Amino acid sequence: MLVEYIPILVILAMALIVAAGILVLTHIVNPRIRNPIKLTTYESGIEPQMEARLRYPIRFYVVAMMFILFDVEVIFMYPWAVVYKQFLSQGWFIFWEMIIFLAILFAGYIYLYRRGGFQWE
Amino acid sequence: MVATALFYIFAAIATAGAIMVVAQRNPVYSALYLVLTLFALAGEYVLLMAHFIAIVHVAVYAGAIVVLFLFVIMLLNVRLEERAPDAFRYMIYAGLPMAAILFVEMGYFAFRGFQQAMVQGTRVGLVESIGRALFSQYVLPFEVASILLLVAMIGALYLSKRKLEIVAFKRPRSKKERLKVMMYEEEH
Repeated sequence: MLVEYIPILVILAMALIVAAGILVLTHIVNPRIRNPIKLTTYESGIEPQMEARLRYPIRFYVVAMMFILFDVEVIFMYPWAVVYKQFLSQGWFIFWEMIIFLAILFAGYIYLYRRGGFQWE
Repeated sequence: MVATALFYIFAAIATAGAIMVVAQRNPVYSALYLVLTLFALAGEYVLLMAHFIAIVHVAVYAGAIVVLFLFVIMLLNVRLEERAPDAFRYMIYAGLPMAAILFVEMGYFAFRGFQQAMVQGTRVGLVESIGRALFSQYVLPFEVASILLLVAMIGALYLSKRKLEIVAFKRPRSKKERLKVMMYEEEH
């Protein structure tokens, strides 16, 4: 069973190698020039007006909340999809079960949509 | 054993990440180290044959909840963690022994249960087993979960859009309400 996870480990290793490799490479290759102009945010561009870290509007929080809720909804579909065929031989119960689950959440989706929950305003 | 070696590697990454979460002064870095810790824990869950929890850890915890944490950090615009006020200074003398006791306690039980925890042949945590349980024995909790999500959805929208609704759905009746609407419109 663990053998199936080897591709994920390979991807992780690749990501680590590429990230570390680029860091090391730039460290070796880049010239070290340090003066105030070189260290500005946009070296030959617009003068920075203020700090980049502003207070974020609360809308981002709402978007993240909605993302979590629909994420949890999708998580429930993984075990459903795995056992779907097995259960289907005993009737349509599992199909309607998920339809009810999705219908309840779809009602919430409609509510959000109608109330402008997805609008940036 | 490869599995045992991987267990210790992931455990080391998770512990190091967890220490970095509390050791960082910049809260954004803390949140990112939390992602690392959660990924390492997902690896541990895979080794313990709890595949479903591993998926949940990556998709929900690392993917969504930490993003929410990041948004909250940016919402509050905390640059660096601030020093606790002096009134809480003496807390360290109570906190350190408590932490030591908790560490010994948890370490003892974790060590005692260590042999049982490293079971390889268990099938309880597989996605298939969870699916089978979810759609036979636990159908009602599964449906209740959808209602819980619905409540959370409506609650989140209500809390964040409360101000707007005064403008959109109600005509101002009293002087106070009219003032509220005017203040809202001025802000936007």
